[in-house]
Amino acid sequence: MLKRKSDVFLFYILANIFILAILLGHAFFERKRSQPFLMQRISMILHYQLTDLCLFTDARYTRHPSMADMNTAFQDHPFSFEHFPSGSLVTPPVHIRNNHGLD
Amino acid sequence: MAWIEKQRNILDFALSSLVRRWGKNLALVMVYTVIVFVLASILFMTHSIKREASLILRGSPEIVVQRILAGRHDLTPGRYIEKLAKIPGVREVKGRLWGYYYEPSTGANYTMIVTDEHRENVGTIAIGAGVARSSDVREGDMIPFRSSDGSYVSFEVTGVLTPESELVASDVIEVSERDFRSLFAMPEGYFTDLTLKVRNRKEVVVVADKIRRLLPDTRPILRDEILRTYDAIFDWRSGLLIVVFTGAILAFSIFSWDKATSLSFEEKKEMGVLKAVGWETSEVIAMKSWEGIVVSLTSFLLGVILAYMHVFFGSSILFMPVLKGWSVLYPHFKLVPYVDPYQLAALFFLTVVPYTAATIIPSWRAAIIDPDSVMRL
Repeated sequence: MLKRKSDVFLFYILANIFILAILLGHAFFERKRSQPFLMQRISMILHYQLTDLCLFTDARYTRHPSMADMNTAFQDHPFSFEHFPSGSLVTPPVHIRNNHGLD
Repeated sequence: MAWIEKQRNILDFALSSLVRRWGKNLALVMVYTVIVFVLASILFMTHSIKREASLILRGSPEIVVQRILAGRHDLTPGRYIEKLAKIPGVREVKGRLWGYYYEPSTGANYTMIVTDEHRENVGTIAIGAGVARSSDVREGDMIPFRSSDGSYVSFEVTGVLTPESELVASDVIEVSERDFRSLFAMPEGYFTDLTLKVRNRKEVVVVADKIRRLLPDTRPILRDEILRTYDAIFDWRSGLLIVVFTGAILAFSIFSWDKATSLSFEEKKEMGVLKAVGWETSEVIAMKSWEGIVVSLTSFLLGVILAYMHVFFGSSILFMPVLKGWSVLYPHFKLVPYVDPYQLAALFFLTVVPYTAATIIPSWRAAIIDPDSVMRL
């Protein structure tokens, strides 16, 4: 078995494709399994009337990017927009960009 | 059958050729795998967050109205509720009470919220799992909060939200209206902002326009804008993602360009020998194409598998220092793997196809040179 180098390579590729297929299967079943938790999160959004995901808690404009203040571009003071590292991950919401002709 | 056997023989030869230069090729596979890994990790992570946001934020308020004073978000007077309720098409207007609380002992920021259910439960709070973790408290414990006059007020924790809710409410503290107003010295009759429900969804934009005209010192934020915000944040063009993406694409371009423009002396000589012993030009090109396919396919599959494990089993641990930023309270959430074959196909055409194509051009150039002159080099 696997006497030739091409056999070893093909076996390796097939093994990888098999693992990838298992991972795609995992993704499918994980999505099904998380359905009740998703419903729980939706009910929390309704219950708390939330507007944003809780991804970054270091600055208010990264905690609630959709509520970011469009009249104060630099939020608290000039240059503060890069004060928090997550600020570099978050661009202005689309309605702000549109209102200021940035897009 | 004969064609397959011939290709297998060429593949055998290509693999032997790669093994002869194992050091260089191993480095090549490692760099290539890292590039695919980074690109795939970003793609998987951002797509899952965007998908999650688009699904769950459909439950967010249809319109949020914030009052703006001197260019800053200000408290909204309760009388605005009556004014907004008179707009035709508006079904319900509610005042929202929420704000941020900075806890000096841990350095964490919390989001305090008043809900209808908790409005009357004075002296008690329900907290998010992140708050419980950062303050090291459990149900039944007391937590002191520093009020706006400097005095400390203790609240009993009557509930801790489930870990599954961390993505939306990790930093949330549910508090009664009376406690919220006394903690922040917020005057009666004022709210942080207002939320509106509209009878007909198609009228949301019209209602927002009416709000702007009726109350010029306010700005309405629509649910559609909230949903689009997350698309914009995790868009491939945004912030750090574009930096990482550009870096990876540039590294990949340099790497493919190097491959496309130069063949090593040994490689050229090898091709000359092959042609001298009777290999056709097409067979030499096929051999070099197989080399490209072996390197790119190996790296692609390995990179994608590692990226999936990194994002969905390892909670994107390598991106954690960047994602955490300065947050003391960082939500622990497991992303739901929204991965589909389309994403994998896009990644495949971005990485495997250009590299394989880039190996063919120099091979063809070298393969059409007279073998005698190549061997004399």
